[in-house]
Amino acid sequence: MLRPKNWPLWLGLIALLSLPIIAGYAWLVVGSFNERVHGVVPVGDWSIENWRFLWERVGRRPPVWTVLVNTLMLAGGVAALVVAVSSMAAYAISRLHFPGRGVMLGLVLVLHAFPAVSLLIASFYVLVRLGLFDTLLGVILVMSAFLMPLGVWLLKGFFDGLSWEMEMAALVDGASRWTIFFRLALPLVAPGLFAVATFSFLVAWGEFILPYTFIVSGRTWTFSIYLQSLIGDTEMADYGRLAAVGLFYMLPAVVVFLLGQRYLLTMYSGGSKG
Amino acid sequence: MTVAQLAHRGVPLRLEGLSKRFGSVQALRALDLEIETGELVAFLGPSGCGKTTTLLLIAGIYRATEGAIFFGDARIDALHPRQRDVGMVFQSYALYPHLSLYENIAFPLRLKRTPRDELKRRVEQAAELLGISEQLGRRPSQVSGGQQQRAALARALVKEPRVLLLDEPLSNLDAQIRLHARGEIRRLQQELGITSVLVTHDQSEALAMADRVAVFKEGVLLQYARSEELYERPADTFVAQFVGHPPMNVMPGRVENGTFIGDGFGAPVPPSCPAGDVSVGIRPEDAQVGGDLEAQVLVIEPLGREFLVTCRLGGETVQVLSRSRPEADATGRIGLHFPVERLHVFDDAGRRIAT
Repeated sequence: MLRPKNWPLWLGLIALLSLPIIAGYAWLVVGSFNERVHGVVPVGDWSIENWRFLWERVGRRPPVWTVLVNTLMLAGGVAALVVAVSSMAAYAISRLHFPGRGVMLGLVLVLHAFPAVSLLIASFYVLVRLGLFDTLLGVILVMSAFLMPLGVWLLKGFFDGLSWEMEMAALVDGASRWTIFFRLALPLVAPGLFAVATFSFLVAWGEFILPYTFIVSGRTWTFSIYLQSLIGDTEMADYGRLAAVGLFYMLPAVVVFLLGQRYLLTMYSGGSKG
Repeated sequence: MTVAQLAHRGVPLRLEGLSKRFGSVQALRALDLEIETGELVAFLGPSGCGKTTTLLLIAGIYRATEGAIFFGDARIDALHPRQRDVGMVFQSYALYPHLSLYENIAFPLRLKRTPRDELKRRVEQAAELLGISEQLGRRPSQVSGGQQQRAALARALVKEPRVLLLDEPLSNLDAQIRLHARGEIRRLQQELGITSVLVTHDQSEALAMADRVAVFKEGVLLQYARSEELYERPADTFVAQFVGHPPMNVMPGRVENGTFIGDGFGAPVPPSCPAGDVSVGIRPEDAQVGGDLEAQVLVIEPLGREFLVTCRLGGETVQVLSRSRPEADATGRIGLHFPVERLHVFDDAGRRIAT
């Protein structure tokens, strides 16, 4: 590994620059387990009072476990849908010659550049028409559509790395296109699939605008809505509870990230190992 | 696997007027060719000559633009590859990297839903035939190049195909293993009696392994003949220079009064040779040192058994193989002799003239 001579200096600089972020996380941890804090310094007693939301409903909000399940379903659904559809699309774009292939590639890229928020109203109308407004499925569909272009482009890179001769061999061996796709191509781009799944899951997990716009009733709330409701509204914000909920919200994301980080890294090397 | 179990499924292979165009590129032009049952035919030519295209047409990877392919009496060019019953070995071996050698070899059988006992038996027999029984549990990246090549061959043979297609199967091997594998493949092919096509750009490989050789250039079949004939009577100057190493010396000029007049030298030709513009060819091993053609020695390369002498004869550069180191005079000159009966004569379009 590259190690410049004055590495302690660099490390110090990096630590200094990261300080605000570290302080933020420290506040979450300290604040959630204390009655009162001044900055990150606890002034009250250590307690788990702030974590009461785990077994008690907060005001008229839905139970946190419902919210957790909803968020898991949203993020998991988005990840599954994005992987399923973009892997097939990417394989077709990488391997098959069909009319409009070039145009399609370009359009997918343009879609990726489109800010999702600018289509918010249009998506709203579509969902209402489809009867999917205020449902998790509706949010899953919209989110997946916005994440798909990235998945297609990433996975196309992975599929491009597969050898043509291997596919020819499989054809001669008696395989159909579907067999090749499921039994040879997919397993060989598994790192790419995991990368796209992890990435989509994390994005969906943290997403606020789409669920906030398309979900009204408490039974379909996701975490970001829950958290937002604790900050705003009419009552005074309880910062201790806010810290506890924030920390709780973070944990699954951290777990998924830790599980998926080595695949996320392959995402940026373009899957050239194939 | 005893040989008899695998054998006797070969069929004659016939190509009729086979053409393939990719957009505006004519990759293969109206090819007619017949291969007998159990014969190994080599498709030889430089890259881009249409030999691999033809192989992929036979395998069913490409669809012919025109023409027909017959296995025996059955026309198969409209069939999906899986219905053609061919085995194929690719240049890169094209093994499935995430599967063990066992699963690689078993793959075609699994697709045919072969019963489990039979599958196991046949995979193990194919592996034994090729001497890779010990490596079956490993993945392709965990075995040597030679073993990968054998696994690819086992995968091609395990389904007992009617036709075996080999696309440059030896070019990724080290020189030493290559010679060995060459003999191995030939022996196996002969024992199994399986109709086979070998694509190669290496003329020595083609001559050594094949019953007959088809030489291609720019999508056209130039000559289809037994190795000896290809060497003794090349159909044109391209074949003459492509087959044989070092290549034949081909010198343009004209014939007058039974004498060939080249660029700055003259040599007698067979009396039957017609007058006019021709090219004359002589193989380096047929030309002799010691004669009345005066040539300037440029390089002498000892090859071990003999010496390769490159010299200047008039305006031509000529290569001669000599048993002994030629004795040049003080100015570096030697005499050359082209035996009349060893000369090849080609017309001004490069086609062979019978003499």
